[in-house]
Amino acid sequence: MSEILSAKEQVPEVTRRETLVRLGVGSFALAACGACLFGYKFLSPNVLYEPSTVINLGQPGRFSPNSVTADPENGIYAVHSAEGFYALSAVCTHLGCLTVWKPDASLIACPCHGSKFDRHGIKLEGPAPKPLPWLKVWLSDEGDLMVDRGAFIPPNQYIRT
Amino acid sequence: MMPAMEGYWNQLRRTRVWKSVFRSGTGTSNLHRSQVVQQSIFLHLLAVKVRKRAISFRVTWYLGTLSTATFAILVITGIPLMLYYHPSAPQAYADMKDLQFVVTAGVFLRNLHRWSAHAMVLLVFAHMFKVFYRGAYRTPREFNWVVGVILLTLTLFLSYTGYLLPWDQLAFWAITVGSNLLSAVPLVGEKVRFLMLGGHTVNANALLRFYVLHCVILPAVAVMFLAIHFWRIRKDGGIHTGELKAAVKEDIPHA
Repeated sequence: MSEILSAKEQVPEVTRRETLVRLGVGSFALAACGACLFGYKFLSPNVLYEPSTVINLGQPGRFSPNSVTADPENGIYAVHSAEGFYALSAVCTHLGCLTVWKPDASLIACPCHGSKFDRHGIKLEGPAPKPLPWLKVWLSDEGDLMVDRGAFIPPNQYIRT
Repeated sequence: MMPAMEGYWNQLRRTRVWKSVFRSGTGTSNLHRSQVVQQSIFLHLLAVKVRKRAISFRVTWYLGTLSTATFAILVITGIPLMLYYHPSAPQAYADMKDLQFVVTAGVFLRNLHRWSAHAMVLLVFAHMFKVFYRGAYRTPREFNWVVGVILLTLTLFLSYTGYLLPWDQLAFWAITVGSNLLSAVPLVGEKVRFLMLGGHTVNANALLRFYVLHCVILPAVAVMFLAIHFWRIRKDGGIHTGELKAAVKEDIPHA
């Protein structure tokens, strides 16, 4: 008899009200977590109607030797150098403004905060923390010059035709 | 007020309809006057009595009132602007141009909205500095300072979201730069930027999200915090006049 009593003493007393309150608070917390997840998932678009990152630049012959061609619609530069073709991102590495090619000074300049780059994307001056990234370039089966502006590659890789 | 006018006024206040709306009745005693404040949902946030010094210009320069006034102007001018504005690309830009050149008084409303927005940011900052230099943030007003900081943030975010809506070059690049600043926040920056813009670049999704934030969510939240802010002024002993705390307690009954 005494054993049973001592075991009973160790069990903490939980009233019916406390149990119901815990159940209520617990289910409310669970619902709140669900609502947060719901909100997060709802706010993240599942389908983005953004343009493809792959750009067809056409036949390589249209780029004259030793030229930098800006494509502001796609935010890239197509460069035809003595070593071959390569493409640079035209999006400034500072805060994402679109840079412009200045043929007179032979450099790439950002109108927002004054960063400057050379035709290899190397930073010359300004607040930009990194050089302009080189982009993946390849030739399609039709011989068109293709660029993926979402795929960054290490610099100094050229495409020869 | 002219005697005849005052007669009509008092007559109106004695009618059954008036009394059903304004329970406080017609008296001019201090009790009736305080009842006018207590029984109105709009006035009851304010103190029934204030000291003369608290409403003198030199104490506050009326910066809080002026900030509220610019907010009121922004709501009043913003709603009619919504009637001629579609938050879709590229229609938004054309709508903005229509407001400037085609809609009657459109340019007036737009410019009033724009200048009031600039004035509000300026006034809210000035209000903050005035409160800071007068030491009005100190106990027991520290929580109201926190509410003020939230309101300052809301003001800046309202200004920022409104910046995109003209959908011109300035808007586009300003939001591109601003959202890229956001992505520099460690760990969550990129994700928050994606959720805010509804994509990887400033596009039609971003315009719509900024529109909803600018016209619905942020103003609603701002109104809520404004109510808390005003109510706390009364609850914390009225406008800080730089006098001793003990004197404040004695001066304002039922504060």
